[in-house]
Amino acid sequence: MATFIRELEKRARARDSVEREADPMPLYMAAGEQKQKSKGGGGDDGDESGEGGQKLAEKGGELKEEMDNLLDEIDSVLEENAEEFVKNYVQRGGQ
Amino acid sequence: MAIPTVMGTEIEFGIMVKNDPDFDPISSCVLIVNAYREDPDGKILWDYDQENPLADARGFQVEGEKYTPNQQENIARNKTLINGARYYVDHAHPEYSSPEVTNARDLVIHEKAGERIIEISRREANQLLPAGAQMLIYKNNSDRKGNSYGCHENYLMDRRTSFKQVVEPLLPFFSTRQIWCGAGKVGSENRNHPCDYQISQRADFFETEVALDTMVTRPIVNTRDEPHADRERYRRLHVIVGDSNMSEFTIYLRNGVTALILSMIEDGAITQDLSLRDPVRSIREVSHDVTLQQQLAMDDGTSRTALEIQSGFLEMALAYTSSRSLDPVQKDVLQKWQEVIEALARDPMELDTRIDWVIKKRLMESYMSRKNLVWDDSQVEMLDLQYHDSRPDKGLYYLLERQGKVERIVSEEEIQQALFNPPRDTRAYFRGECLRRYPTEVFGVNWDSISFVLEDESIKRVMMAEPLKGTSEFVEELFERSETAAQLLENMES
Repeated sequence: MATFIRELEKRARARDSVEREADPMPLYMAAGEQKQKSKGGGGDDGDESGEGGQKLAEKGGELKEEMDNLLDEIDSVLEENAEEFVKNYVQRGGQ
Repeated sequence: MAIPTVMGTEIEFGIMVKNDPDFDPISSCVLIVNAYREDPDGKILWDYDQENPLADARGFQVEGEKYTPNQQENIARNKTLINGARYYVDHAHPEYSSPEVTNARDLVIHEKAGERIIEISRREANQLLPAGAQMLIYKNNSDRKGNSYGCHENYLMDRRTSFKQVVEPLLPFFSTRQIWCGAGKVGSENRNHPCDYQISQRADFFETEVALDTMVTRPIVNTRDEPHADRERYRRLHVIVGDSNMSEFTIYLRNGVTALILSMIEDGAITQDLSLRDPVRSIREVSHDVTLQQQLAMDDGTSRTALEIQSGFLEMALAYTSSRSLDPVQKDVLQKWQEVIEALARDPMELDTRIDWVIKKRLMESYMSRKNLVWDDSQVEMLDLQYHDSRPDKGLYYLLERQGKVERIVSEEEIQQALFNPPRDTRAYFRGECLRRYPTEVFGVNWDSISFVLEDESIKRVMMAEPLKGTSEFVEELFERSETAAQLLENMES
């Protein structure tokens, strides 16, 4: 089984070197978008120069904005007085 | 040959009323369940005659008092829905038991329909509360103060497979599957080692390997032997070890993969012994290590990680399925499971659109980094709770869903359809259609029976011991010929 895990890791690494780009930051994406991202790159990891680098930077900017929007929305819906709220959340044991 | 898959889930929800000093959980549950009105007369009973929760799969009957409420209490606590589900008050929680389904995709649709129904009820119930008070509902498993409530999965199994054969592989499988189906939780409870964040909501609460209890000293494998079907042919595996998941993808894998493993057990396809030396210790160790590096002591003296154990099960599943034809859902489940195992081997955080504990962890860490928070800040606890909030505008899981940040398995339209339509390929179809067509003539319902009250006030019970009978294929034509329940019974006899 250790062989199986090694095989999984080897396959994963092989795929990574072809498909993955450096993540500009932790982000959320729909699965569809994620696939596009994996296939769209083409360049080497960490290519920061020239056109590719600029595109990456633009993409990074967009994603940061997207994340900021998400965190803003969370801020607007998160219960106020969190401390009091979680203290009062008490349940009877169930099954 | 393994029997065909028939399964369902039972979800107990957390409930609270904000700004109500007199909050009483049981009356709030009754209010919730009765706020959802389908039955015009409100008098259909749950048929407790058919229940036997004290039978133990190891072959004995445990002593204890069987719960049988009086008629009024029975009606107040139980609703059977036209989609074939049971919606009721279980102890101090509202509970939604999905109708029986035959595949993981339908399971997701019907479990999600339950979430929609609980939210409709919550809104209705709120109208009846004093001004300023607000009822809130959470699909999670713990209040983080040592009280837990469950998400139970049920799988029909072949009685010819001995319970011992079922238990042995399931102990390591259930102790480690949380790495791809945990719902995540901030901190620990129930006298466990402190931690910042753990993989499972429930792991802290398992104290023994195999037992009948579900409320104290909870076991990893539950022995309740109540098949709700022909007990000569079937057993029902009652799985209490799982978390309440929000992610459709995670629900899909949780039930799809577990059903596959059970078929493998029935077919004798468990070829590796992956027994743990101490499953109760291991289930907590796995949950408390988000890096997935924890070595677990195996029965044979070696040690393995949870991921290695799950990879062992995947390897057996790939061998098992290589010589079998799978239906499209089974194929898809297996492929997605493999993708997930591979991603876990690289970096679990890759699964931040798919697996609940990772989705939630990513959300919290992003928020914490923006606000300079640490794990034990109350705002982080609030994020944890609110991820499971049933309100579409406030629940954080639904917020992520709305923004396209989580991967979906089914469409909203399919979920909405399932609020009013039973699955067509199990006996849930017969149950649901009887409730839709003859609501005033139905007297009582259980999973494996439905009874009618006739004009002469006699009661007639129809047994449904075969979960794959009563499907639309078998009974649609019969319904079309039967305008009343009395005619239905006549036509069934002839």
